[in-house]
Amino acid sequence: MAFDPDNYGLRLFVRYLVLCLIALIFIFPLVFMINSSFKPDNQLLADTSSLRAFVPVGDISLNNYFGAFRRAPVGLFVLNSVLVTGATVLLSLLICSLAAFSFAFLRWKGRDVVFSIVIATLIIPFETIAIPLLLLVSKLPWIGLEGLQWGWLNTYRVQIIPWIADGLTIFLFVQYFKGLPGELIEAGRVEGASWWQVYYRIVMPLSGPVLATAAILKFLVMYNQYLWPLIVVQQETYRPVMVGLGYFFQLNVAWGEVMAYLTLITVPVLIFYLFLQRAFIASIASTGVKG
Amino acid sequence: MASKLTLSNRTGWTFALPGFALIFTFIVLPFFFAIGLSLTNQRLLSPNPTQFVGLENYRQLLDFAVVTLEPERNEAGEVVRDEAGEIQYPRLRAITRSDDHPQYRGMREWFRWQSGENVRVVIANDVVFMKALVNTFLFVLVVAPVQGGLALMLALLINQKLRGISVFRTIYFMPVVVSIVVVSLLWRFIYDGQNGLLNSILQGLSFGLFQPVDWLGEPSTALPAIMAMSIWQAVGFHMVIWLAGLQTISPTLYEAAAIEGASKWQTFRYVTWPGLRNTAVLVLVVITIQGFALFAQIDVMTNGGPRDSTQTLVFQAVERGYGKQDISGGSTISVILFAIVLAISLIQRWLTRER
Repeated sequence: MAFDPDNYGLRLFVRYLVLCLIALIFIFPLVFMINSSFKPDNQLLADTSSLRAFVPVGDISLNNYFGAFRRAPVGLFVLNSVLVTGATVLLSLLICSLAAFSFAFLRWKGRDVVFSIVIATLIIPFETIAIPLLLLVSKLPWIGLEGLQWGWLNTYRVQIIPWIADGLTIFLFVQYFKGLPGELIEAGRVEGASWWQVYYRIVMPLSGPVLATAAILKFLVMYNQYLWPLIVVQQETYRPVMVGLGYFFQLNVAWGEVMAYLTLITVPVLIFYLFLQRAFIASIASTGVKG
Repeated sequence: MASKLTLSNRTGWTFALPGFALIFTFIVLPFFFAIGLSLTNQRLLSPNPTQFVGLENYRQLLDFAVVTLEPERNEAGEVVRDEAGEIQYPRLRAITRSDDHPQYRGMREWFRWQSGENVRVVIANDVVFMKALVNTFLFVLVVAPVQGGLALMLALLINQKLRGISVFRTIYFMPVVVSIVVVSLLWRFIYDGQNGLLNSILQGLSFGLFQPVDWLGEPSTALPAIMAMSIWQAVGFHMVIWLAGLQTISPTLYEAAAIEGASKWQTFRYVTWPGLRNTAVLVLVVITIQGFALFAQIDVMTNGGPRDSTQTLVFQAVERGYGKQDISGGSTISVILFAIVLAISLIQRWLTRER
């Protein structure tokens, strides 16, 4: 028989072939996006009827990128997203780890009740509270440089503060802290360190992996925000990248510019992911352990 | 001794307070707000004072009835037929606008079916909401098993010991880090009816026999198209969760199976699958909850159309609560959505309970 089912080389070849075909399915829209961003509109639309859609051929230029910057305040949108994402991630790491430290290491009246409430919020999807939260933030007070103001709509704070603390982040920290050796904490206390010192001198330096996990999960949520900024930010001054996309759909749509904009806001995240892919995948895997 | 070390009411509260206060204000409070608002006629901005309306909002959304249309008869009592022989029925308006049936006033047709000579019509107060409810359930019922199953197959593929396998894992996971908004826009090109990539590929594979379809423009294909895209985007996420589950299964079990001479299928059936039971429940529940939150895809791709075939609960909640500034209407849909999610979480608890 010419075909030998036990042929190791052939079986290996088939395995890799299957893996590669599946990889193509996952990668082709992104390849299409990047290649299209260099093509003029008429060529871009014509190319979708053939495999030319996936290769940078024809009239290739950076014109769409210049066009995107002329059409919309792209730099501002990116800056807004970076600012909102960065601030939320940092504040979240601090505030959630502090709360988790208290739940994991300290004993205080009401702790179990408070912790149960925090855990119970895990089953409330954001989409079910978006509308009442919109009403709430439209009436909240704020004391800023101009004195007392009412209403948080059209600000950075409305995009940051509601997202700082969440049940999942606190839960991930608590799980991690409970796995740390308790003797270390006791030793610190015996030597007269305050709880604050135990937190930032002993526990935090040991918490690299969970900090990375919490930061990556928060980063993905915040950078990709859509529904919330869509309803609380009407002024372009405060718009993040995903909502800024709407700018390209007013009047005549220039698809090349849309592709350039999508490439601009997506590729940095992809590069970031490729560098840290182990940490990204580990962070998603750790959310699965809660079952 | 230990209690002296750890009993610390003031520090405990101080450390936990910022986080708890934020969660309380921005998650717990709005949640109870939603329930309260759903019992009123609150609007975002309104000159009139807000009134308590009880369960009226729920009745408005959920009220439906089945009515029967009997064939029109002439004076002799015979059924009237048109030239094509079709039985003639009175118009639905005769019921929904008649003073004889005040309870049906303002209701509109949802769907109908033939039952003998008669036609039964399901009329609902809010047909768009009913369609959104059905579409959302349909989405979850299809996406949860298909996405969960495909994710498990990918996880088993990726769990092989092959050189360079982590490259494939990285690629399969890639769509997860891309925003669903970006993904939805890209897939509009794939699904385009004129020269979309999908039509081009299908025509190429069938040597031109395939007739192009406007995937997002047809009521029958729009929701399935969005399902397929959503699965493509998120399947890598659940592949990773399955992988984590697979790695908790002890290698000694596999060795034992190999010694017993178990086939590949037997190994999967009796070693792998039992070890994945809790992961399976978690994956299904996470996909289900994400599925009920379906919004961005609809907003970017179809806006609920064509002919309401892609309306969803969250899309309706946002359209009413934000678009029409009808906070109470949007909140009512949110509460209904939460009740569904809660029920599913409780079922999960029950399925994974300690035995």
